Amino acid sequence: MTIVENLRFLGHRIVNAVWRIGYASRFFMMILFYSGTSFRRFHLTIKELFSSGVMSLIIILVAGTFVGMVLGLQGYETLKRYGSESALGSLVALSLVRELGPVLAALLFASRAGSAMTAEIGLMKATEQISAMEMMAINPIARVVAPRFWAGVISMPLLSALFSAMGVFGGYVVGVVLIGVDQGSFWSQMQAGVDFQHDIVNGMLKSFVFGVAVTAIALFEGYDAPPTAEGVSGATTRTVVESSLTILFLDFILTAFMFQGG
Amino acid sequence: MSSQALVEIRDVNFAYDSRPILKGVNLTFPKGKVIAVMGGSGCGKTTLLQLIGGALKPSSGYVKVDGQVIHELDHKGLYRMRRRMGMLFQFGALFTDMSVYDNVAFQMREHTDLPEEIIRDLVLMKLHAVGLRGTHHLMPAELSGGMARRVALARTVALDPMLIMYDEPFAGLDPISLTVVGNLIRRLNDALGATSVVVTHDVQESLKLVDYIYFIANGVVVAEGTPAEISISDKPFVHQFVHGEMDGPVPFHYPSSDYGQDLNLQPRR
Ligand SMILES: Nc1ncnc2c1ncn2[C@@H]1O[C@H](COP(=O)(O)OP(=O)(O)OP(=O)(O)O)[C@@H](O)[C@H]1O
Ligand SMILES: [Mg+2]
Repeated sequence: MTIVENLRFLGHRIVNAVWRIGYASRFFMMILFYSGTSFRRFHLTIKELFSSGVMSLIIILVAGTFVGMVLGLQGYETLKRYGSESALGSLVALSLVRELGPVLAALLFASRAGSAMTAEIGLMKATEQISAMEMMAINPIARVVAPRFWAGVISMPLLSALFSAMGVFGGYVVGVVLIGVDQGSFWSQMQAGVDFQHDIVNGMLKSFVFGVAVTAIALFEGYDAPPTAEGVSGATTRTVVESSLTILFLDFILTAFMFQGG
Repeated sequence: MSSQALVEIRDVNFAYDSRPILKGVNLTFPKGKVIAVMGGSGCGKTTLLQLIGGALKPSSGYVKVDGQVIHELDHKGLYRMRRRMGMLFQFGALFTDMSVYDNVAFQMREHTDLPEEIIRDLVLMKLHAVGLRGTHHLMPAELSGGMARRVALARTVALDPMLIMYDEPFAGLDPISLTVVGNLIRRLNDALGATSVVVTHDVQESLKLVDYIYFIANGVVVAEGTPAEISISDKPFVHQFVHGEMDGPVPFHYPSSDYGQDLNLQPRR
């Protein structure tokens, strides 16, 4: 390839990428613009809450428990060196509420519910269900996309809270029941160490932002998928990859703002 | 006749990317008639229906439905127009996450405030008309291809549209269902005072059924006429189509490079 061809190829890629970002932003604005239906006919959103939120419960609860148990073990090992095992409660709770809860719940949500959303919308498009809806004068963004978006945005903070709660429970089982840390100091240190505004609200805020990002990416990839089998499978993969990276990147940004020197 | 026309298609050109599909077609669908559009596979029949429904925009010329140029309507105007149209998609396009019942009820629930009992009666009536009342509790995945097509037909006419477009309604139907669906299209059209466009390959069925026939080939209308005129036509194109002959003016092959060259069959030098 000559230099000119290389340049042309590079330019083409860049133009495409910029175009896609613009298209995605426009899609996102359309979701917000046509969100009325999701609230006026809330049962549409409830149905999606069930399929994305409730159906993700098991994986979130189980994962949360195990993560909490690991935190209990590792935390105890580390804290013991400094003779401050009693701080185990606050260590477990803070790690979960500030970081692990929102981030891990969002990562699990992206692979469990996000990929399913992408595949579902992509297949609806491939089988002309979206076109059929448009021909019936029903806006598919309002009827299909927006309820899924709000369901994702609503369920993400709730799932992350449940993840943290189960994690605390797991940490308690390992720390107090199995290892034998004093129960009173476990809970009282936790209560003293976790600040509602600074830790819990900020953690919830994080998971809200992750919920918006994951659901928007999943829905966009599904809506934009080429209407073929490879197109849909490629889009599903992209959803998981893109939303995982976005979650971790946003987590860094948000942490930098929320907990700077705190 | 033009004051009576529900759909007017004038000098419409359409190309996908740079490949022209329609090259200046003119069709008129008078109110109250059933019109067949025929042509070889890939000649642009589905494309034509999408132009009428406003899903695609002609690169020149215009499509007028009920006096309004479709591609000049805004989003609201287009949706208002589409509420009065029904389109049966070539592959049915049933909503796979809803039962047969909910599929047929879908538009009634979205566009009207009818109470659920009335919707129930209407849905069962529509399903009864296509002979599938007993399937209302099934999911689309539990239907055969032909049954899914008939359910899609019931859904298409759920709101009694003024313009009904059928993209190959007869494909995949057994001879009995075929006759039933054919009669249904005719009866629906006459009962509703609607106008129907039937895209089909089934020459014999359409000759019995429709009021007027258009033949499309190579992006233009090559023949048109009433069934009586068509069945006695001696145009080579019509003759080939009506009698299903392999050789004739309709090419069976998609345009391509030389066959021998593709298979590397040139004589060795
Ligand atoms: N989305 C698209 N992008 C590019 N080309 C397309 C697209 N859809 C259809 N075509 C091309 O346009 C031509 C007409 O397609 P169309 O679907 O209208 O054919 P048809 O007459 O309905 O055929 P059939 O009887 O097989 O359904 C075909 O040659 C096809 O290759
Ligand atoms: Mg077609």
